[in-house]
Amino acid sequence: MEAAAGGGCGSGPPLLLSEGEQQCYSELFARCAGAAGGGPGSGPPEAARTVPGTVTAAAGPVADLFRASQLPAETLHQITELCGAKRVGYFGPTQFYIALKLIAAAQSGLPVRIESIKCELPLPRFMMSKTDAEIRFGNPAELHGTKVQIPYLITEKNTFKRMDDEDKQQETQSPTMSPLASPPSSPPHYQRVPLSHGYSKLRSSTEQMHPAPYEARQPLVQPEGPSSGAPGAKPPRHKASLIRSFSVEREPHDNSSNYPDEPWRITEEQREYYVNQFRSLQPDPSSFISGSVAKNFFTKSKLSIPELSYIWELSDADCDGALTLPEFCAAFHLIVARKNGYPLPEGLPPTLQPEYLQAAFPKPKRECTLFDSYSESMPANQQPRDLNRMEKLSIKDTADFPVPTQDVTSDDKQEQNKTRLALKSTADEALPKDMSEDPATSKDSNSLKARPRSRSYSSTSIEEAMKRGEDPPTPPPRPQKTHSRASSLDLNKVFQPSVPATKSGLLPPPPALPPRPCPSQSEQVSEAEIHPQLNRAPSQVAESSPTKKDIPHSQPPSKPIRRKFRPENSATESQEPPSTVGGPVSAASGKPHAAVQKQSSKQKKAIQTAIRKNKEANAVLARLNSELQQQLKEVHQERIALENQLEQLRPVTVL
Amino acid sequence: MAVCVAVIAKENYPLYIRSIPTENELKFHYMVHTSLDVVDEKISAMGKALVDQRELYLGLLYPTEDYKVYPSYQLCRYGYVTNSKVKFVMVVDSSNTALRDNEIRSMFRKLHNSYTDVMCNPFYNPGDRIHSRAFDSMVTSMMIQVC
Repeated sequence: MEAAAGGGCGSGPPLLLSEGEQQCYSELFARCAGAAGGGPGSGPPEAARTVPGTVTAAAGPVADLFRASQLPAETLHQITELCGAKRVGYFGPTQFYIALKLIAAAQSGLPVRIESIKCELPLPRFMMSKTDAEIRFGNPAELHGTKVQIPYLITEKNTFKRMDDEDKQQETQSPTMSPLASPPSSPPHYQRVPLSHGYSKLRSSTEQMHPAPYEARQPLVQPEGPSSGAPGAKPPRHKASLIRSFSVEREPHDNSSNYPDEPWRITEEQREYYVNQFRSLQPDPSSFISGSVAKNFFTKSKLSIPELSYIWELSDADCDGALTLPEFCAAFHLIVARKNGYPLPEGLPPTLQPEYLQAAFPKPKRECTLFDSYSESMPANQQPRDLNRMEKLSIKDTADFPVPTQDVTSDDKQEQNKTRLALKSTADEALPKDMSEDPATSKDSNSLKARPRSRSYSSTSIEEAMKRGEDPPTPPPRPQKTHSRASSLDLNKVFQPSVPATKSGLLPPPPALPPRPCPSQSEQVSEAEIHPQLNRAPSQVAESSPTKKDIPHSQPPSKPIRRKFRPENSATESQEPPSTVGGPVSAASGKPHAAVQKQSSKQKKAIQTAIRKNKEANAVLARLNSELQQQLKEVHQERIALENQLEQLRPVTVL
Repeated sequence: MAVCVAVIAKENYPLYIRSIPTENELKFHYMVHTSLDVVDEKISAMGKALVDQRELYLGLLYPTEDYKVYPSYQLCRYGYVTNSKVKFVMVVDSSNTALRDNEIRSMFRKLHNSYTDVMCNPFYNPGDRIHSRAFDSMVTSMMIQVC
């Protein structure tokens, strides 16, 4: 269609049409062309596809369309002149588009000139007084909300005949009109939409349905009356039933809320259809459809992937990769709308938001108490949402937390459901089931939802916590380090045992320290320590250290003296803690035995975590130990060197 | 504050890159590309530590650099890497206000959240360019704060 618009632009001024305009204009053109000359057999899409560039819109429908724009006759004459139809003698696509653009310009108050169509214009508006089940196209965003009741009272008594008359009138006003078709008309169009444009593998039935509107119109162009034939009879009956049921439903809707975006309202029939489709994918209406299942299903709609991606973005309100029933209905509705040519909205329309969908179709029966409270709170949040996550978190009432879903795709079921759709009124049963369960789970999902998000927020805090978890074991070694450095200083102050003694005494009781310098004593101490302090990793260090300290032990005679104080001090200290530790240990060992049956698993877990922590602490301490030993070796080497120098110097001085 | 936001895939090709002002876009692309080396360096430096302990936020990647061509921006580049090795690089103009570390972190967090939202869309194949409008709008909100 774009090609046609671009290609056929030779005769007129270059037309710059926005995407929405192009769509709308091409649809209008197709309608005019199809209504004028399209055959009953082929559905309008096929006709439309073959049309561009090859067919012209008949003057009749085009004139009616222009009249529907409610411009004065002179203006219309001007427009037809300008667009070149008079010149050329027919309404080709170019002429038609130019004419539409001129109409838009005229409606916006601009003079009817060729220049005026070069600027950005809203879509032309075509007014229609009476409504009928005709498919509408156009930019839903521009639709203005009005009360729907009156037209529905009119359509309530719709019989086929009456529809014929109205169809005729409507035909004069234009088959499919763009954006600002009066809102009352759009919902009935929407009713038809799912029936005629469902894509779930019901190609045959879709083809039956699809030509229906056009066939219905044909009797108008050639006024045949109700006897237009079998195919014609069926859809109008549907129409009648639809409209009847719709009108019944309509009034309670309007009492509850007024929304300007009528095409985004889901009618009862549509709702039933969507619910049945949902059920075919996921038997439990209160659960959700996983992303992959939904993807396969929606891909059947033959929409492009970016569009489907965008529709998903709009409809998956909580971005959990799964669709609950209201989300699914919204997505389905958007897809249906898109297939019918409505451009996708920028944001999720309020009538498609999950809370609204749940509130709009309340079920009086099961477990309503919970739901009622929710339905009262939900309509309060009917501002047009953007997809801000924070908003969703706060508003979110409906999303269920992802739960493993079953992939049930039974196409036969879909077919049966669809054919039985029109006259069922049992959709209500399905709705409350999921709704009643939703509020119950929503709180959980709220909190649960908060958790994954908080996880990302607190990733750093988790790491910090882990670091903190490792911290407790490390401090003990640290003072050792400082002490080792201090000990090297002490080397120089070998003859001042009092200072280091006080220093060592002030040190925290890391038991590894005392054993280190004094192997003989430390061995005793360490052995004494080892048994009661099985859980203390330093004991291992203590074991290894005394053996290595034997070497340095011989060299600094004063060192052991100095450090004897420490072991003595710490030995007493360590003996006290061992006894105290031994006490609780034995007590602790007694407890689990007593309460094994009740808390054995907890104990096990606790023990396992303790084991893990201890292992980590062990690793850290082992590393530290090796480092310290390295330092010791270096220090001792220094000492050896210094003492050698001393000896070398002494003979000199003596001499 | 951000003048350029980029999402780089694991294989170091861009999934999403957007900068304002729209002129000199190439320069920003280049800056992001050079920052990738620094990011990789930082990741490998923490190699021994467990992944859990590794911070996602990498901080300032490069000392501030004067923007030579035009009004002198003070451009700082910040990096952030997810556990799936998807990198976010943000070039910030700090001439107007000195951005605190926390603000940068929060911006990265928002980016990360929006990125996970994009991931949740079953029609998005990991490795595709990101076309999500929600993501776009979030990035715009981050970038338009100053300009």
